[in-house]
Amino acid sequence: MKFDLHQALNQLNLDADWVGLRQVNETTTTHAVRDGRPESNGRSITQGVMVEVLAQGQFGYAATNHLDQASLQSAAEQAYQQAIATSNWAIHSFTPDVRPKAVGQYQSPFQQPLDLISVADQLDLLVQVCDTLHVSDQIVKTSAFTQTLETEQNFVSSNGSDTHQNFGFVITDYGATAQDGSVIQKRTDNGPLARCYQAGSEVFDPEQVLARAQQVGEQAIALLAAEDCPTTTTNLVLAPDQMMLQIHESVGHPLELDRILGDERNYAGSSFVKLSDFGQLVYGSPLMNITFDPTVPGEFAGYAFDDAGMPAQREYLIKAGLLLRGLGSLESQARAKVPGVANLRARSWNRAPIDRMANLNLEPGQSTFAEMISSIESGIYMEANRSWSIDDYRNKFQFGCEYARLIENGKLTKVLRNPNYRGVTNQFWGNLAQVGDRSTFEMYGTPYCGKGEPNQCIRVGHASPTCVFNNIEVFGGAA
Amino acid sequence: MSQVAVAASSTAALAAWESTFNQLADCLLDQLGGNEHLSIELAGEQSHFMRLNAGKVRQSGLVTDASINIRLIANQRTAYAGFPFTGDLAVDRVVALSQLQHLRQDLPQLPEDPYIVLPENFGSSREAYAGQLLTPDQVPAALLPAVQGIDFTGIYASGPLVRANRNSAGQQHWFATEAFVLDYSLIAPSEKAVKATLAGQQWDQTGYEAQIQQSMTQLQVLDRPVQVIDPGQYRTYFAPAATAELIGMLSWGGVSEASMQQGGSALTKLREGESLSPHLTLKENFKLGLVPRFNSLGEVAPAEVPLLVDGQLVNTLVNARTAKEYQVKSNGASAYEGMRSPEVLPGTLKTEDILNQLGTGLYLSNLHYLNWSDRSGGRITGMTRYACFWVEQGEIIAPIKDLRFDDSLYEFLGAKLENLTDTQEFIPCVDTYGARSLGGSLMPGLLVNNFTFTL
Repeated sequence: MKFDLHQALNQLNLDADWVGLRQVNETTTTHAVRDGRPESNGRSITQGVMVEVLAQGQFGYAATNHLDQASLQSAAEQAYQQAIATSNWAIHSFTPDVRPKAVGQYQSPFQQPLDLISVADQLDLLVQVCDTLHVSDQIVKTSAFTQTLETEQNFVSSNGSDTHQNFGFVITDYGATAQDGSVIQKRTDNGPLARCYQAGSEVFDPEQVLARAQQVGEQAIALLAAEDCPTTTTNLVLAPDQMMLQIHESVGHPLELDRILGDERNYAGSSFVKLSDFGQLVYGSPLMNITFDPTVPGEFAGYAFDDAGMPAQREYLIKAGLLLRGLGSLESQARAKVPGVANLRARSWNRAPIDRMANLNLEPGQSTFAEMISSIESGIYMEANRSWSIDDYRNKFQFGCEYARLIENGKLTKVLRNPNYRGVTNQFWGNLAQVGDRSTFEMYGTPYCGKGEPNQCIRVGHASPTCVFNNIEVFGGAA
Repeated sequence: MSQVAVAASSTAALAAWESTFNQLADCLLDQLGGNEHLSIELAGEQSHFMRLNAGKVRQSGLVTDASINIRLIANQRTAYAGFPFTGDLAVDRVVALSQLQHLRQDLPQLPEDPYIVLPENFGSSREAYAGQLLTPDQVPAALLPAVQGIDFTGIYASGPLVRANRNSAGQQHWFATEAFVLDYSLIAPSEKAVKATLAGQQWDQTGYEAQIQQSMTQLQVLDRPVQVIDPGQYRTYFAPAATAELIGMLSWGGVSEASMQQGGSALTKLREGESLSPHLTLKENFKLGLVPRFNSLGEVAPAEVPLLVDGQLVNTLVNARTAKEYQVKSNGASAYEGMRSPEVLPGTLKTEDILNQLGTGLYLSNLHYLNWSDRSGGRITGMTRYACFWVEQGEIIAPIKDLRFDDSLYEFLGAKLENLTDTQEFIPCVDTYGARSLGGSLMPGLLVNNFTFTL
């Protein structure tokens, strides 16, 4: 029997300034095959309701997975008691303005429904992927993973909000590990779990999937015989599947207003960005244009409303290199008095929403891939993230990639293994020298952006063209 | 604020969950056909979370959440189903039986799995640790008066946690504990911080206030101008929390037998004859009693599993599935073959001698955002964080601007490892992704020569 969220709200007996109920039902179906044999197959269901209450200027919350009126009433009373008990210690006195009335619907785009492909067909494809990845006996491990999530999120509130959002997520990951003596190299399909989309079963088109698997296997073998990435300072060309990580770590996280306001200092960290920097700070070169855009069809973190009920819309965070706007929800905007976006998001029904990235993209520029490479006398081209680390102020980073090519006299030449690079955020983006055009623009994402206390992993999407950075320190692996 | 009444234990609520879980498990097991095998896992919590920033409350609330995971095995095939556990038998039974039916439909569509491990009865256990915790309403008055006027930021998490396991071979495990963790930073105007945790099963107001006073004293040391240190190699002391970060990396493509077999382990060279420092001994120690010894298959790990003894790799972590695939012996490891209760044995470095033995170099309280920069080479990169100092001739000179390091464990846990402290600290696991974690690690400090900093 379907739980009636409107009726539950109407029957709550509570003297609060505002009450909201956010219900999440999510079914996750996972299939994993290793070396052609089943590794893990199954589905998980989570469902529950988060009750948020505003009283005396403070929010309290309580979440339950028991969907009956008595449990909802009990949760509402607990949330109210938390609001009252902490109101004298509140970091900010909120009003219902941070929970505007929202009415509307959202449906993830898809060409074919997720249930079009049977479990048997799904497993058959994954076994074929493993077979295709195994291009040589030097491939010592193959893996093929798919995960689909069907998520229904409903939100009702005492000030008339009524939203219904249906999401379909597809995540795939195919990888091959190659070994020659003590040399071990792993290559994946654009980086671990990078192919994350709002989509349907069209993502499992066998022809496309197997073609990519063939290339992954061949490149894993090529890496075995490759030279290590040299240690030098040079021109660095980053493919979109590495740009996504670069954008995520060195643009997304430092622009989160809750980090700047100090909420994350005990866990994820703070930011080198100050509130006074908005409208003032030159973040990168004039070629740098960053948008927050949950409206991009098919990108992983699309939605119509955030968890406060704020309508999602595209906003420039950085335009022509100038920092304009932060990743901050209505709550953070009220605290910080700077412009933000619709990004108050929770991982599920059992967590309170906080400032998160959604789709955070670097807008395309003017250069074709061929033009960029041909303009470089000496440099390195890197693809697909395999290692990531950055300090708690989001300054000093070091990232590693799966696969690289040397650029000599305007041409891609040798394959290089163990490519890494490091830099400092502001200087790095200041060295952005070329931005690829739309023909180089690709879309990826991750299900595992971690942040918050209590911790929450959330889905984010990142799209970018290929980019060129000048004067970057690059280096290889252990001796 | 020294007198705070503590809440009555939530034993009654846990007893109701235990009863419902067992009835639900009985119901599922009664449904099985002759060729079917089933394992049933429960994970649940009734948690209070209070998030703090600058000595104020940012967010506060309660989460009641539990879920069941069942794994059906039949005809050499297996699949799992996870679903909510509400504690209401009438509700949960309908969902559970429906999920069992789904699994029966899915199973024939799956390929045969040659490494299936059938449930066994390894023996049953029941552990329940009652606590004396603050009620949610009491927490602000207990925590906050002691930290007014200082920048106190972090999270308080509290309440009962449950893990349970039943299977069709007759095995039953129940583990319940009531516990709290306060994970906080006292942050200086320089933005450097004293990071600390307070964890346990009984809230002790006097002990809490004494710890805060101690943290405030440490904070004064941070109230000096920050010094910029050039990249290079330095003698380095890692406090126990920093040691825990370094050793924790071995749970991610390190001590797992499956990762060793599949080309994903950073410790492969140890199996090929290399060794680490003779000062280093690492083991899984379940005698600490902080986490259940049973894994998702119901296997019970030995009370101790030595992994590195005097720098030699003597065991990897092996679960029954890996054991079957590679014809090795299982030691009851988790599904991911990561450490659940790690302990590094102490050395001979006395606490009062740490600075003198360090001489001139870096004292690191905490590390941040570690990752493999070259896993097969054992190379780890990461950042310094919180209270880290430049030390000259045994005296703390100044807090440092954060540094990036990049060095191989074969070096800093090998020939460069000079000594370990003669005492250990318990570093609680404070992760709350999806659910609150159990346990932690027991770690000494490390004194390392010529540790490499790169940025």
